Amino acid sequence: MAFAAFATAEAVPQAPKRASRIGWFLLAPGLAYLALFFLTPLISLLLTSLQAPDLYGDIGAYVYAFNWQNYVDVVSEYGEHILRSFGYALVATAAALLISYPIAYYIGVRCRSRPLLQSILLVLVIAPFFISFLLRTLAWKQLLSDESFIITSLKALSLMAPDAHFTGTAFAVIFGLTYNFIPFMTLPIYTTLERLDTRYLEAGADLYGSPATVFRKVTLPLSMPGVVAGTLLTFIPAAGDYVNASRDFLGGTDTAMIGNVIEANFLVLLNYPAAAALSIILMAVILAIVGVYVKRAGTEDLL
Amino acid sequence: MAHLDFAERGADLELAGIHKRFPGFTAIESLDLTIPAGSFFALLGPSGCGKTTTLRLVAGLEEPTSGRIRIGGVDVTDVTAYRRPVNTVFQSYALFPHLSILENVAFGLKRRKIADPLGLAHEALRLVELDHLAGRRPAQLSGGQQQRVALARAIVNRPALLLLDEPLGALDLKLRRQMQLELKSIQTEVGLTFLHVTHDQEEAMTMADTVAVMNKGRIEQLGAPEELYELPRTAFVATFLGQSNLFTGDVVAGNPNSITVDVGGTAIVVPLDRAAKHTGTVSVGVRPEKVALHRSAPAPDGERNVLGAGRVVDVSYTGVSTQYLVEVPGIAGRLTVFAQNSGVGHSASLGDEVWLSWRVEHGFGLADEAEAPARFDDDTDTTALAAQERAALQTELEEA
Repeated sequence: MAFAAFATAEAVPQAPKRASRIGWFLLAPGLAYLALFFLTPLISLLLTSLQAPDLYGDIGAYVYAFNWQNYVDVVSEYGEHILRSFGYALVATAAALLISYPIAYYIGVRCRSRPLLQSILLVLVIAPFFISFLLRTLAWKQLLSDESFIITSLKALSLMAPDAHFTGTAFAVIFGLTYNFIPFMTLPIYTTLERLDTRYLEAGADLYGSPATVFRKVTLPLSMPGVVAGTLLTFIPAAGDYVNASRDFLGGTDTAMIGNVIEANFLVLLNYPAAAALSIILMAVILAIVGVYVKRAGTEDLL
Repeated sequence: MAHLDFAERGADLELAGIHKRFPGFTAIESLDLTIPAGSFFALLGPSGCGKTTTLRLVAGLEEPTSGRIRIGGVDVTDVTAYRRPVNTVFQSYALFPHLSILENVAFGLKRRKIADPLGLAHEALRLVELDHLAGRRPAQLSGGQQQRVALARAIVNRPALLLLDEPLGALDLKLRRQMQLELKSIQTEVGLTFLHVTHDQEEAMTMADTVAVMNKGRIEQLGAPEELYELPRTAFVATFLGQSNLFTGDVVAGNPNSITVDVGGTAIVVPLDRAAKHTGTVSVGVRPEKVALHRSAPAPDGERNVLGAGRVVDVSYTGVSTQYLVEVPGIAGRLTVFAQNSGVGHSASLGDEVWLSWRVEHGFGLADEAEAPARFDDDTDTTALAAQERAALQTELEEA
């Protein structure tokens, strides 16, 4: 599973130092692919973000320039959206972690003596992937729209104000993000907890650690590689997500995230430099946050 | 809570009527055991005999099906593991891989909020001569060093009772000898009660004051190592703790001092106070190093039992001694003889006709009868049972 590979990537022993032509030969297709489909678009994106409007052309026509003013413009215009994106992503990541950790612990540690139950629960975690996440998010919109059974019932029971909405609120967007990324959080945590040697827990108890202390001092630190992998797999895509926050799905006009702004600039406003500049900013901020996070989490010490 | 202080001295351990059943098998059957404070007690037995389960019951990692456990007079049967004044040196060491050696050793002290945990941890590491490695991670240490860290991590807490679960099993012979001596000196130095579980009879004999031989969930015999070796009470003890030559026959004569057993036509005399059973069919035995080898029939003098003539069927030279296997007509099985290679006494070679003799007072009589030993013991240890269960489940799944 890809998640297992992600979680154990740091444990790979050092490769032999000897330069090997076979190694380069095997790497070549991957390197060529990345150069063509990752590096080229990235350079193109960078160049686009610095373009200036073509004074003599139509709307949507730009010429190559060194117009760094684009960055200043998008930050002042969309600063709120950028902050909102990272805020939503942060809350959704935290919520997904709180929901996923107990699930992963139950499947990975408590169900060890019952392999059949363990497999069934794992399949249930992965099951949502069998349906496109667009359809699933759309289904939630149906279930939670103002005319839906759930919302009308809640209103009839006076548990919700008559003029309140669920869809279109920040809560709905964060709910959608959390829901969609729970499997990405659960699986890497599961893979580390599944390998957790319970003898360490016994040793913790033997050394006067209460169950809560043993969890805090032993279980949690030992499962940090999974937690780091899971939070990254959730936070990075969630920060750039434009489906949940879209008005067509769970979002509204005042819940737009950076992804929605990029989409609008690119497809509706035809402001390609602004969209490109926002994309570069999104990428840079994520890189910075992830860099600090991974360094602070200190996962390299764990393996 | 009393356990928050360092134990001034070891506490005694009392197991009363302990039963432990796991689904499908009984690990411990009616175990009663008292270990006096300050002693070094070894629980010796083959794998699957219930000795590790006993240790885990005392540590609080398993619950007994019935029976009570008392430490220093306090009933701890219903006390959870982390509140018991007990520390364990685990067979796998179980050092926390994410903590440094120093943090590992200080773990228990910090949990109990004892002042200056790091200072005490350094002191414990000095005791096992590993203070210079305090900053390393467990994975950077050798097996022997990890074992000493595990020991330091346990004794730094000055538990009333220290449990050792085959802690030397993974070490090579030389290191094991060295650690045995260190453990023994630490125990004498700090005066704790040690409960040591092992399947290595030599380890149990060299280290412990008292050894209990355990088999199939029961204690077969308990006593000082010399006592167990010189006067085994059951066939299991006679063969598990060292080697024995065992003979089974009927008691044909008896007087106030001895009994005479007829073994395949030869009379073997055993002192009455060294025989557990005085009538009917009994098993008697003698240790191989007590048996002398003769090239001609020795004159009967009433002080020695004599067997022969027999034939040497195997000779193996082991350095200090030579081991002979001798077949004697009319006696089931082969007899083992250890002869010191001191250059004195008789030596024999393959096929030679020999007589065997031993002093009457070296013989012993068993409480049970010796059976023909099985080639392989039943595989009843926990891992094997788990593996069997998993295999059964797998076939079940495949059939479904």
